[in-house]
Amino acid sequence: MTQSVVVQIGQCGNQIGCCFWDLALREHAAVNQKGIYDEAISSFFRNVDTRVAGDGGSISKGKISSLKARAVLIDMEEGVVNEILQGPLRDVFDSKQLITDISGSGNNWAMGHKVFGSLYQEQILEKLRKSAEHCDCLQCFFIIHSMGGGTGSGLGTFLLKVLEDEFPEVYRFVTSIYPSSEDDVITSPYNSILAMKELNEHADCVLPIDNQSLFDIISKIDLVVNSGKLDTTVKPKSLVTSSAGALKKQHKKPFDAMNNIVANLLLNLTSSARFEGSLNMDLNEISMNLVPFPQLHYLVSSLTPLYTLADVNIPPRRLDQMFSDAFSKDHQLMRADPKHSLYLACALMVRGNVQISDLRRNIERLKPSLRFVSWNQEGWKTSLCSVPPVGHSHSLLALANNTCVKPTFVELRERFMRLYKKKAHLHHYLQVEGMEESCFTEAVSSLSALIQEYNQLDATKSMPVADIPRLSIAM
Amino acid sequence: MSIVTVQLGQCGNQIGFEVFDTLFSDSHSSQGLCSKRENEAYQASCKERFFSEEENGVPIARAVLVDMEPKVINQTLSKAAQSGRWKYGQHAYFCQKQGSGNNWAYGYSVHGPRHEESIMNLIQKEVEKCDSLSGFFIIMSMAGGTGSGIGAFVTQNLQDHYAHSLKMNQIIWPYGTGEVIVQNYNSILTLSHLYRSSDALLVHENDAVHKICAKLMNIKQISFSDINQVLAHQLGSVFQPVYSAEGSFHYRRNPLGIDWQVRPPISGLPPLGKMPLNKELHFNTSIANLAILRGKDVQSADLEGFKDPALYTSWLEPVDAFNVWKTQRAFSKYEKSASLVSNSQFLVKPLDMIVGKAWNMFASKAYLHQYTKFGIEEEDFLDSFTLLEQVVASYYNL
Repeated sequence: MTQSVVVQIGQCGNQIGCCFWDLALREHAAVNQKGIYDEAISSFFRNVDTRVAGDGGSISKGKISSLKARAVLIDMEEGVVNEILQGPLRDVFDSKQLITDISGSGNNWAMGHKVFGSLYQEQILEKLRKSAEHCDCLQCFFIIHSMGGGTGSGLGTFLLKVLEDEFPEVYRFVTSIYPSSEDDVITSPYNSILAMKELNEHADCVLPIDNQSLFDIISKIDLVVNSGKLDTTVKPKSLVTSSAGALKKQHKKPFDAMNNIVANLLLNLTSSARFEGSLNMDLNEISMNLVPFPQLHYLVSSLTPLYTLADVNIPPRRLDQMFSDAFSKDHQLMRADPKHSLYLACALMVRGNVQISDLRRNIERLKPSLRFVSWNQEGWKTSLCSVPPVGHSHSLLALANNTCVKPTFVELRERFMRLYKKKAHLHHYLQVEGMEESCFTEAVSSLSALIQEYNQLDATKSMPVADIPRLSIAM
Repeated sequence: MSIVTVQLGQCGNQIGFEVFDTLFSDSHSSQGLCSKRENEAYQASCKERFFSEEENGVPIARAVLVDMEPKVINQTLSKAAQSGRWKYGQHAYFCQKQGSGNNWAYGYSVHGPRHEESIMNLIQKEVEKCDSLSGFFIIMSMAGGTGSGIGAFVTQNLQDHYAHSLKMNQIIWPYGTGEVIVQNYNSILTLSHLYRSSDALLVHENDAVHKICAKLMNIKQISFSDINQVLAHQLGSVFQPVYSAEGSFHYRRNPLGIDWQVRPPISGLPPLGKMPLNKELHFNTSIANLAILRGKDVQSADLEGFKDPALYTSWLEPVDAFNVWKTQRAFSKYEKSASLVSNSQFLVKPLDMIVGKAWNMFASKAYLHQYTKFGIEEEDFLDSFTLLEQVVASYYNL
């Protein structure tokens, strides 16, 4: 079994990260009733005897003593990390695995990437190496950050290059929160596009998410929960937004509900690698199957169900509804409509009491309404994990490599150009050492090239599927 | 005569467990209409082939379990041990921490060579436990990375180290609508490599077995467990002991002893006429058929229909192409059962489809970087396509 390390950077990254660890503990507590430190838990947690000073306290088997998250926390302001370390999760984090500063990056990608990057490069390397040493077989780094700010965006993407150089064999999965169009950070388009160039070049897989979609999902859930109808009592733990049963009892912060959705995404993504099932899917299979060309590695995700009704009898119709919902634009964690765009590849990761026949029936049912690229007409990757998420009897995570990401990128480029044409706020960036206008033009070029790839694929959507002539053999 | 089984990857290990379980259950089930002495001979034969004896009486499967990540092997070992009736050898498995990622190239070029010595040593240990080795049975899927890639690698090694023993590969043909997106690449690479080193490929299609579960057995919610049990039942009905000769009551010693090498006539194959593409297959032409009858009335069963020359290709006589094996001992509580092992055109369409889809994907160069990363180049793909197009054409021409 392999291990993964989570690197959470910036305010957004750390807040999401915190929710992730909370829900991860809850999930493992529900599955692991005997308190034995097993391979599933070891994928994200170390088992440490806290009485032993220094580094020697790792325990590889037996009863759980004290669980420490395999995490590195980075922020250029102290507020968020300090709050985490004083909150109910303080014992989960290794106090040596943090890097903080005081002044913050001022929503400036250049500050995060160039200034703090060079300032903290050594420390970052040291913490990463330490976390890798604690792993038997490190498979993946999960980076959580936002694109619109300065630290998560700038330092977060600096980190990607470091990871690529230092740990070339370890996968880099990035969960990126993209700014919505009503974002209050004026320079978020600059930060996002500068960051995208790095994501294009140094990430193995990116899961883009935007706040507006998360917010819309929450509104939908609130409608159901508060509708007061007799037959719609929702099981509290089942809400994809809830922390019921976790250490942080209530939603203290307005973003907690939204962050829990992202946390659940990461848990479901790794469930088949951690837990048993009849058709396992490891993390290295995600990139193998869903990334047909190195630069096209943006995966739109959707999670269903968003909640479970307390009604215990789940007729098969409801199971099928779960599959249908995964393809509806209301369930995507990003503003995107995969059903009306072109699929390059699609993964369905199912958890719980679902069998291969349910999976096959739904693929057959939904296939006609979806468009797949001509060379991947049966582009489905599937997995069955026996362990359902907390509060559910089954769940589905769909990952789509689909041209529906294009509109987000195009819009981002437009917002960027509106600012850049007027050279608005540019001096904040150019006055940072190492930053030149070429950084901006190169970043936009990189994004334009990516958009062009998606355009070319979209152009094939309406073309008939031509059969390439086969090899003719002389007998 | 004993068979050493090698179970590879999640699929291979999950199926392998069901196969041994079925073999064991059957050999201990009621004897039906045959005599007690015969039943004992049957049981002894089955045991010698598939199990070795442990001190405290629990038979150990003659098997080596291989997987690149631990979850499935752990489950398989414990399921067997928990049954209390048979188990796997305590050290008869090889496991790593990180899987092959559905990447044939990773399985074949990285994991294979890296772990060659350890895996071959384990197999050698099993071979040494056999009084007399009749061959190897390798269970693997084509669609993933470990079963397919390491399976191909290990089969090649078995060819090099045990050239005189038979190697039969049980291949699982994936569902037509994806389980794994790169399954067609993995499949063509696997098949082309196995063609060079395996003696026989026994094929089961997931789609076909799924249909059996749905239509014949009326299972509503079909799980992989259901599918694997049907598979195991079919395999058991082929591998369990049968009489060695017409009229004899002794059990055949070599279970894999069909003459799997089909030789075309000395004078060469009939000349090829103009080969229309996509010739409609009106009739499934065979080059070899083996019928296995178990249970009641086997001696009086009428098999003349199988000897009809129309079933076979023009350059074969039915007497050379058709074989029957029998035993009065019932299989798995079925009063009468019959199995057919067939070398015929039934796989042409599925194979053609896989080659076609893989070729389409190859033409767009999609996913190739994942393979070239580990040393499988475009030429290797082209070699595989060439070989398989020849196989398809050869079968079409029967």
